[in-house]
Amino acid sequence: MLLGPFALSGCTPHDHGALHVGNGTEPQGLDPHTVTGVPEHRLDSTLFEGLTDLDPETLEPVPAVAESWTVSEDGRVYTFHLRANAMWSNGDPVTAHDFVYSWKRVLTPSLGAEYAYMLYCIKGAKAFNEGRLQDFGQVGVKALDDGALEVVLENPTPYFLSMQMYFTWYPVHQPAIERFGRMDERNTKWTRPGNLVGNGAFVLSRWIPNNIIEVVKNERYWNAANVRLKRILFYPIDNLLTEERSFRTGILHLTENVPITKVPAYRRDQPEVLRTDPYLGTYFYSINVTRPPFTDVRVRRAFAMAVDRESITRNVMTGGQRPARTFTVPDTAGYTCPTGIDYDVQQARRLLSEAGYPEGRGIPPVELLYNTSENHKLIAEAVQQMWKKDLNVDVSLVNQDWKVYLASQKSLDYQIARASWIGDYLDPNNFLECFVTNGGNNRTGWSSNAYDDLLAEAARTADQKRRFDLMQRAEGILLEEAPLIPIYYYTRVYLKSPAVKNWQGNLLGYISFKDLYLEESSP
Amino acid sequence: MIRLIAVRALEMVPVLWVIVTLVFFVIRLAPGGPFDAERNVSPEILKNLNAYYHLDAPLYRQYFDYLGGLLHGDLGPSFKNASWSVNELVALGFPVSLELGIYALMVALGIGLTAGVVASIKPNTAQDHIPMSLAMLGICIPTFVLGPLLVLIFALWLGWLPVAGWEGPQHKILPSVTLGAAYAAYIARLTRGGMLEVLAQDFIRTARAKGLSQARVVLRHALRGGLQPVVSFLGPAAAGLLTGSFVVETIFQIPGLGRFFVQAAFNRDYTMIMGMVLFYALFILSFNLAVDVIQAWLDPRLRHQR
Repeated sequence: MLLGPFALSGCTPHDHGALHVGNGTEPQGLDPHTVTGVPEHRLDSTLFEGLTDLDPETLEPVPAVAESWTVSEDGRVYTFHLRANAMWSNGDPVTAHDFVYSWKRVLTPSLGAEYAYMLYCIKGAKAFNEGRLQDFGQVGVKALDDGALEVVLENPTPYFLSMQMYFTWYPVHQPAIERFGRMDERNTKWTRPGNLVGNGAFVLSRWIPNNIIEVVKNERYWNAANVRLKRILFYPIDNLLTEERSFRTGILHLTENVPITKVPAYRRDQPEVLRTDPYLGTYFYSINVTRPPFTDVRVRRAFAMAVDRESITRNVMTGGQRPARTFTVPDTAGYTCPTGIDYDVQQARRLLSEAGYPEGRGIPPVELLYNTSENHKLIAEAVQQMWKKDLNVDVSLVNQDWKVYLASQKSLDYQIARASWIGDYLDPNNFLECFVTNGGNNRTGWSSNAYDDLLAEAARTADQKRRFDLMQRAEGILLEEAPLIPIYYYTRVYLKSPAVKNWQGNLLGYISFKDLYLEESSP
Repeated sequence: MIRLIAVRALEMVPVLWVIVTLVFFVIRLAPGGPFDAERNVSPEILKNLNAYYHLDAPLYRQYFDYLGGLLHGDLGPSFKNASWSVNELVALGFPVSLELGIYALMVALGIGLTAGVVASIKPNTAQDHIPMSLAMLGICIPTFVLGPLLVLIFALWLGWLPVAGWEGPQHKILPSVTLGAAYAAYIARLTRGGMLEVLAQDFIRTARAKGLSQARVVLRHALRGGLQPVVSFLGPAAAGLLTGSFVVETIFQIPGLGRFFVQAAFNRDYTMIMGMVLFYALFILSFNLAVDVIQAWLDPRLRHQR
C-alpha cells in the first residue's frame, strides 16, 4: 500500500554522521534537575553524564564520570573515584564538588524539583528537601577531595548505581548556572545554546522550540575518541502520522512511536525497520476499593479474573505487547512474581455470586474511566464486552481529558480507571512502592499493613535473594487483594532505519547515543 | 477618520481587561493544575513548586500580580516550557504563523476572488456551477482531511514536496494551500453573492448602456461594491489565519502559535494560556478595527455614521 521504500525520496539529503530522531514532544526544558519526561531524558543523556552509565545491552551500571567505586560491607557507603580526564564542555575539570553542588541544588526546596525524591535514598536528603533539615552538611554526600565522592545512604539500595544514569543525578556546572541567576531558579537562560555547559558526549548547538534541537559532538568529552556521531537532530513531532510520514520519506532515522494502524503494514512489508522492544511498564486498571461494589475483594477478583488478556494483546494491541498477570514486569532485574491473576471465568462467576451478585444480578452501576485516547477506548470496549459476556454486568465507559482524568483518579472519584506505570530504574521496588498505604501513586484507597511491613523489611535488606523473596510475598498479597487488574506489559513500538548501527533495544528504552553510528551509505 | 480609530482603540482596553479577568479565573476552575502528572508529586515537593510560581498566594494576589506584569508587558514564564518566557514563545511562534497566514491568505484571495467573479458574470450557467460546486467541496473538506490528502499525493506519491517541516520555500506550499483552501471557498461564495447584488443595480446598467466593455464594468465599477461582504469576512478570517492553525501546524510540524496554544491548554500552562488569549484578543480586535476603517473607505455612507 502506502509503504514505498523509504530511501526513495530523500527530500532532505542527510550529511554523514548526523542522526535524525523523532523525540515525541517539545521538552519541558533541558535543566536536568527540573525536567521529568522521556523526551527530556533522551536529550539530557546526550548533554550530561552521571557517575555511572548503563550498558544498553545488559542494563548493568558501567563506569562513566566515576572510573571506579567501592561499597561498604553494609551496602550503605559508596566511595566514587572520578576519572581525571572528565571535563566540562568549557574545559573545566568535573570534580566531586560539582556533584555535591548539583545534588544540593536538586534537594533545595525552593527549586521545587519534582524528581527530588529520586535522591531520597541518600541519608538526610528527604529531610533537607522537605525543609526539616537546614544544614546540607548533614546530608550524606561529601567530596573527600576533587576526585573522590562519598555517599552515605539511608538504607542499602541495590539499585543505587543503576539510578545514576537518570537525569536528576547528573552534575551541573556551578559557574554556568550562576552566571544567569540563582542556584534555585528554574527559568533562567543557562540551558540555551551557547550558555549550557555540560559534560556529556554532545553539546547543545541549536534549540528552536516546537521545531528542532540540535546537539553536536563534544570534543572535550573524556571518551570523545569513541563517539562516532557528529550531530544529532531531535524533532518534537507529537503527531504520530506526521512522524511516520517523516520516517517514510527519509527525514528521520528513528521514531518515538508508530501509529497502531500502521503496524501490520510495516510488519508485512518492512519488518526490518519495525522494532517492538519489551518495555518496563504495565498497563492496568486500578480499582477504587472505597466504593461499592468494589469494597468487596471477591467482586474485585471476579472482575480481574474475567479479563481475557490474551485476547486483548492478540486482537486489540498489535505491537507485540504481552498479557499481564502481575503488576511488576517479569524478569525485572531477575525478579518475577510467581503468583498472578489468571483468566478464569468459572471462578470469577463463583466469586461474584458469593459476593451476593449471582449472574451479576443486583450489582450497583459500574463505570470504567479512561483518558481520552483511541487505544484506551478500544481496550475499554473489549473489557466491557468481556464483563458483559462472562459476568453479565453492564459497565458504562467514561472518558475524560488528561488533566481531568488525573484529578478524578487522585480524588478517588471513579470506580475503575485505566492506569499505567512505567519503571524508572530496573528494580521491582520501583513498582511495588506504588501501592504502599497512602502512597501518592496508590490511587485506589487500598491499604495493607502486611504489604507495607514486607516492603519496609525489604528496604532494610541488603541480601538480594531475601529481598526479592520479601517482595514476592508482598506482590502476592497485592494480587490476592486485587486493587488493580493487570492488562498487559508494554512494548516500545517504533521505527528504526537499518542505517543506524550498534543499536540495542532494552527494557528501559534507554538509548546510548554515544555508541551509535550510521552506515556510510545511509541516505 | 482619525477620531473613529482613536475611539475604537480606546474601547479595546475594557474589552481586553474583561477577557483577561474571565480567562484568569476560568482556567483555574478547570480540574487539574499545571503540575499534575501521572506520576504523583509528593505534597512537600508540590508545595515547593507552587511556592516557586507563587501559586500558593491568594488568588486575588496572583491576579493583581499578573495585571502588574501585564502593564510592564511581561506575560510571565511558561510553566511547561520552563526555559522560555511566554513573551519569547509568542515572539518565536508568531512570525511563523504570520508567514503561513499571509501565504494562505494569498491562496485564499487569489483563488476565491477569481472564482467568485467568474461565477457571478454568468450566473446559473456551467461557468457558475463548476466553481461554486468546488467551493462547496472546499468548505466541506476539513483541513485535517485535505492536509494528509495533499501530502499523500504531492509528497508521498509524486515526491515533489516534503511531508513536513518549515525551512525552505518547498516546505511552505502544502501548508499554505491546505490552510487557504477552505477560506478560498468562502471567499468565492461571498464574492459571487456580493457581485450579483451589485451587478443588478442601476448604475451598472448605466455603465453598460454607456457601452463599456464587460471587463471594465466588472473590474472598475462592480468589484469595489461587490467586495463588501468579503471585506467583513476577511477581518476575523485574517486574524484566524495569521495567528496560526493548530491542525495545519500539527500535520506539517510547523513551529507556529497554534500548536503552542493548544498544548498550553492541555498542559494547564496558565501563563501561556493567558498570554496566548491576550495576544489573540488583541489581534482580532485590531483586525476588526482595520476592517471597519477599510469598509468606511469602500463605502462613503459608513464614514458619516459616527
